Amino acid sequence: MSRQSNRTTDNKKMNSELFTLTYGALVTQLCKDYENDEEVNKQLDKMGYNIGVRLIEDFLARSSVGRCHDFRETADVIAKVAFKMYLGITPSVTNWSPAGDEFSLILESNPLVDFVELPDNHNTLIYSNLLCGVLRGALEMVQMAVDVRFAQDTLRGDNVTEIRMKFIKRIEENLPAGDE
Amino acid sequence: MADEALFQFLHNELIQYVNNAESGENENGRCVSKLENMGFRVGQGLIERFTKDTARFKDELDVMKFICKDFWTCVFKKQIDNLRTNHQGIYVLQDNKFRLLTQLSAGKQYLEHAPKYLAFTCGLVRGGLYNLGVKSIVTAEVSVMPACKFQVMIQKI
Repeated sequence: MSRQSNRTTDNKKMNSELFTLTYGALVTQLCKDYENDEEVNKQLDKMGYNIGVRLIEDFLARSSVGRCHDFRETADVIAKVAFKMYLGITPSVTNWSPAGDEFSLILESNPLVDFVELPDNHNTLIYSNLLCGVLRGALEMVQMAVDVRFAQDTLRGDNVTEIRMKFIKRIEENLPAGDE
Repeated sequence: MADEALFQFLHNELIQYVNNAESGENENGRCVSKLENMGFRVGQGLIERFTKDTARFKDELDVMKFICKDFWTCVFKKQIDNLRTNHQGIYVLQDNKFRLLTQLSAGKQYLEHAPKYLAFTCGLVRGGLYNLGVKSIVTAEVSVMPACKFQVMIQKI
């Protein structure tokens, strides 16, 4: 064979363009299937949730991260370990609320939107809304109810992409009946 | 660099979503073609990115070799295990350990669900070939997971 393949084949890493493009194809399909952007946002969040619920297991198994003791630690793990591991980026954690129950993730670059331009007629579409669902679903599996939403998005003309996360409550573990 | 798990979960959600959206008569066919179409679009985009530094292809076989080696390695991190052709426009690509099936089963269990997990990839190949100027029909078959065969039928223009 004349053509040499010189691609690296790190075990768990893969070409992120495949992921980006596949995600794009999904959003395109959803925009075709649903009439308005709100519905698309909702569907993306739901799919993200389903992913998050499973992804957390993969994450815990591979990252040897133990239980977080407070929300600040959670924020650190999400930004420095989880985002790094799955998307190859490290968002910065800022804008803590005084009570320490709310913070922002600032994404310098968002791999999901690498080749994306939003057309004018989709100005309420939250393109990367899947991420919110993923974060919500994953944290729910470690007994944390969290509200996640996009506060800013470069796709819609903001300077940065900001994901706002708000701790709602700790989910009590359901003890089996008669086990108290 | 994204992580592989992410793509696999996304792919699963894709299948789940399309499957739910298409309930009713001949739902299976439509579900598969919808997935295939998404794959087609992704394949087109990918090949554009992958071939920007490669030399021009000599002929159809050269294109197929590229798909089996470089393209497959980029997407599934392994090469196609076996490429066969009748030299009349039919190619059979065999992958003995297809990445999207390895998590599913290693035998005959869930065999009836396998087509859904292959449709996207069929589209991927068709889209890639299309952008290299080769029109084709791509189908897949599985007899024992996780091995599968993709059949590429080149359409003469």
